[in-house]
Amino acid sequence: MTILYAGILLGALGLIFGGVLSFASKKFHVEVDERVAQVRECLGGANCGACGYAGCDAFAEAVVKGEAPINGCAPAGEKGVKAIGKIMGQEATAGERLVARVLCQGENGIAKERYQYDGYQSCATAAGLAGGPKDCRFACLGLGDCMDKCAFGAISMKDGIANIDPDKCTACGQCVKACPRSAIKLLPVSAKVIVRCRNSDVARVARTVCMDACIGCGRCKKECQYDAITVENGFARIDPDKCTRCGSCAAVCPCKCITIE
Amino acid sequence: MSVVEILLFMVSCILTHNFIFNRFLGCCPFLGVSSKVETSVSMGLAVTFVMTIASLFCWLIYHLLLVPLELTYMNTISFILVIAALVQFVEMFLKKSSPTLYSALGIYLPLITTNCAVLGVATLNMNNSYGLLQSVLNGTFSALGFLLAIVLMAGVRERLESSKIPACMKGFPITLVSAGLMAVAFMGFNGLV
Repeated sequence: MTILYAGILLGALGLIFGGVLSFASKKFHVEVDERVAQVRECLGGANCGACGYAGCDAFAEAVVKGEAPINGCAPAGEKGVKAIGKIMGQEATAGERLVARVLCQGENGIAKERYQYDGYQSCATAAGLAGGPKDCRFACLGLGDCMDKCAFGAISMKDGIANIDPDKCTACGQCVKACPRSAIKLLPVSAKVIVRCRNSDVARVARTVCMDACIGCGRCKKECQYDAITVENGFARIDPDKCTRCGSCAAVCPCKCITIE
Repeated sequence: MSVVEILLFMVSCILTHNFIFNRFLGCCPFLGVSSKVETSVSMGLAVTFVMTIASLFCWLIYHLLLVPLELTYMNTISFILVIAALVQFVEMFLKKSSPTLYSALGIYLPLITTNCAVLGVATLNMNNSYGLLQSVLNGTFSALGFLLAIVLMAGVRERLESSKIPACMKGFPITLVSAGLMAVAFMGFNGLV
């Protein structure tokens, strides 16, 4: 008899809970716009937060509500933006794809070491300790704060500086924010000729802290036929709109700090 | 229960009889969801929430149904039923009424269904023949102990991430060693209450 009671009790409990749950699922049903899920599919999907929303779900919701721009997700790329435009019934164009570039070539042995750093493995911490382990105030410290932030596995550390794989980079900008030295910049992917140094110290100082430092000599500026190079604050800059990627500046740079991708 | 008794009970639940370090319950989420402080706080809060209401409902089921029908040997299976249904219900309720809380607890709520700490607290309440108030308090305080443990562990693990560890100890080995050391430290609270 008791075994019957046990069975009945458990069955009844199960039925009651089942009933309550099915009632609750109707009562507490939340209307979800199916476009949210569709938009969500087109996004980068790494929850990188570069769009300014809490995650990909939040961004997708904002897009459908019309609060966020359709091309707000950099990692989605041109293809993703077009797909979202299709879902939302709007024409949308992605700007030229950007890529994060490390503006430093101060590898171990090239940039002078101030001291041997053996502490907590974080650029932000190291940068705060007596000016950082490298003599150059602008150098990439190579302890991987950007690598930790990169949700796409595009960044690797080699010989004490960061390397960014342009194919994997989605220009979400998390590394730019993470770098305590602001040594990473987002540049158009077609800007192949890059000045890999931001040292604004006077030439003598820049030269003592790093063998590859830009000393602001201006030879590249003289060489450039398209007026694309300016030398300001002790280092050269290339205007990607004027630059024709001819590479003559890189050929004459005495410090080898202009590179061609 | 007087206020002093409640306070002593709280110290006992959180420190001396910590769910993780003393009773060894809920070790799976403790190791699984403790890699970041932020997520561990969410998990801890979700567990606190569920353990409190699970204690309440399991006490009601046990004392109002199982004891009168002399079916107390059915406790485990009915507790599991109650907890699973409850978590589902709470999830649906939160999704509707408080989307903010829902997205904060996120994936952790359904994970708790199979958390042995929740079943453990219901069983402990039954074994110690606690009253309704004491059962609920036991649920809340024990879960706060779990919250403390998992947040401490997440802090330790965030530090471990960036320290130099021999290759053979990287990852889970060093995590288990740290958990063991923390359990030893918590044993120091033994006999406090």
